[in-house]
Amino acid sequence: MSESILHMDNIEKHFGNVIALNGVSFDVKPGECHCLLGDNGAGKSTFIKTMSGVYRPSQGQIYMGGKPVQFGSPRDAMAAGIACVYQDLAMIPLMSVARNFFMGREPTKGKFLWKRFDTEHADEITMTEMKKMGINLRSADQAVGTLSGGERQTVAIARAVYFGAKVLILDEPTSALGVRQTSNVLATIDKVRDQGVGVVFISHNVRHALAVGDRFTVLNRGQTLGTAARGEITSDELQDLMAGGQELAQLEGSLGGTI
Amino acid sequence: MSLENDSTVDERLKEESRVARLMKRPELGAVAGALLVAIFFMFTADGSMFTLSGIMNILSPAAQLGILAIAAALLMIGGEFDLSIGSMVAFAGLVFGFCVVNFDLPLIIAIPITLVFCAGVGAVNGQIVLRTGLPSFIVTLAFLFILRGLSLVGLKAATGGSTQLRGVRDAVAGDPLAPFFSGDAFQGFFQWAASMGWIDTFRSGLPKVPGIPVEIIWFLVLAGVATYVLLKTPAGNWIFAAGGDKTAASNSGVPVRKVKIALFMLTASCAALLAITQVLDAGSTDARRGFMKEFEAIIAAVIGGCLLTGGYGSAIGAFFGSIIFGMVVIGLTYTNIDQDWFQVFLGSMLLLAVIFNNAIRKRVTGER
Repeated sequence: MSESILHMDNIEKHFGNVIALNGVSFDVKPGECHCLLGDNGAGKSTFIKTMSGVYRPSQGQIYMGGKPVQFGSPRDAMAAGIACVYQDLAMIPLMSVARNFFMGREPTKGKFLWKRFDTEHADEITMTEMKKMGINLRSADQAVGTLSGGERQTVAIARAVYFGAKVLILDEPTSALGVRQTSNVLATIDKVRDQGVGVVFISHNVRHALAVGDRFTVLNRGQTLGTAARGEITSDELQDLMAGGQELAQLEGSLGGTI
Repeated sequence: MSLENDSTVDERLKEESRVARLMKRPELGAVAGALLVAIFFMFTADGSMFTLSGIMNILSPAAQLGILAIAAALLMIGGEFDLSIGSMVAFAGLVFGFCVVNFDLPLIIAIPITLVFCAGVGAVNGQIVLRTGLPSFIVTLAFLFILRGLSLVGLKAATGGSTQLRGVRDAVAGDPLAPFFSGDAFQGFFQWAASMGWIDTFRSGLPKVPGIPVEIIWFLVLAGVATYVLLKTPAGNWIFAAGGDKTAASNSGVPVRKVKIALFMLTASCAALLAITQVLDAGSTDARRGFMKEFEAIIAAVIGGCLLTGGYGSAIGAFFGSIIFGMVVIGLTYTNIDQDWFQVFLGSMLLLAVIFNNAIRKRVTGER
């Protein structure tokens, strides 16, 4: 196994007297998909915000490529190669795919007064990068609003990877998608992983996680309940860990095993 | 890589025709509207409307509105409104008149002072909008009254009781910068064209159209620069992004606040530019200058395809929106139609444009 790119060691985060994270350890290796599972309120959001530089940990240390680092802002984390695709995707529906792809980081050509947005170059890169992810755009100036939810997710992922993400954090990328689109996004995750990017996949859907995950970490009430590799754990066991054990087993009994 | 060679080809998709592409441009409505209005007047108006002098007559009010409308369009695309631009014209006129008449400053100093001062007021507008998070509609509505009131009070103070400040023409006589902001451009060319018999002349041999009024030149230049900036520069992308979704934009590294402040400053500066040309042409400034112009400018921008919600629109659209305005306001005088129909027309155009734009937006985003 290769060295981990990002290692979060015993992270604690307190908000006043609320302990949101109570000693969580987590690491991602290049080219793996590490799933972070947990029910609502388990501390997933707090944890990824700590990872992506929004919050500073109260205790614990973050290591990037073996060296201790501190992120003052999301910009710092981005510069270090940690990209986070949030649920809102940071996409503007009325703008074209290419304009969204390069939003805030437009390639330019020319000098001084003639320094201009190199739209041909931007269109070309957008088409190639999307093609790599398996999406054939009609044209790069198609508005993002015309894409499906899964395709938009893929644009956001392709953008993060193109701009040099080493660790890609995906916050519930499949939660609002249909079956077919979900499988498209999962396929995209697989492609990104093959490029050597470490993917952190946040979800509360065990089936989606099992479909692409290499390792699984379950968060519950601000603590990790352990990390398991693929094949070491079953869907039922993960489900139980997420719900915190007993209650769900009982519920499931009364619902006839449908969850 | 082999991918790059065929990256634009997908066998499942038909090539989009040029017409279908054009149908998606935001300025489509304005161009179509301008054509319709032109055809309407070709049938109803006196033939002299479409002669060279008639066209100059149309373009002159179109340009005066367009200078405001193009700036208003950029601001609307950036997601904000400025209802104070009409009052800003009066206020800028006051500042400019005061500099020229009361302080006897040359234009090379008076014009920058006016522009900087007004841009400063625009920046204040923008700061208040951004810091309070209030809708720009309300904040600039307040400034609509504040600036109009200040113009009245200021003019009375400057003139000793009158709401009109005269004597600008004498004060700027012979100033080398004056031809850039008043009168007609390319007079030599028009005289030459008249002597060659290409354009209509009076009996004396002087051309009927002495030149192109300078505000038309400013209007054309502004439309060109605004379109270039919007479509071909990173700043243009930031304007669309800031108006489309400011959270998404700032998460992607777009300096949303700077973009918006700059746009407020731009609209105020354009109002000041218009005020300078009007005051120099009229030789006086008046507290009623620019009255209701804020609404007309917004209407022209909306006819030009700007969405009220921001993030979509075009400067070329606002250009044609202003030309429609000019054609109607002048065209009616060439017909037997009562000119007071103008406002009815303006309102109807606005309503049609908004409905049309909404439909276009749904096409673009594929909403159903």
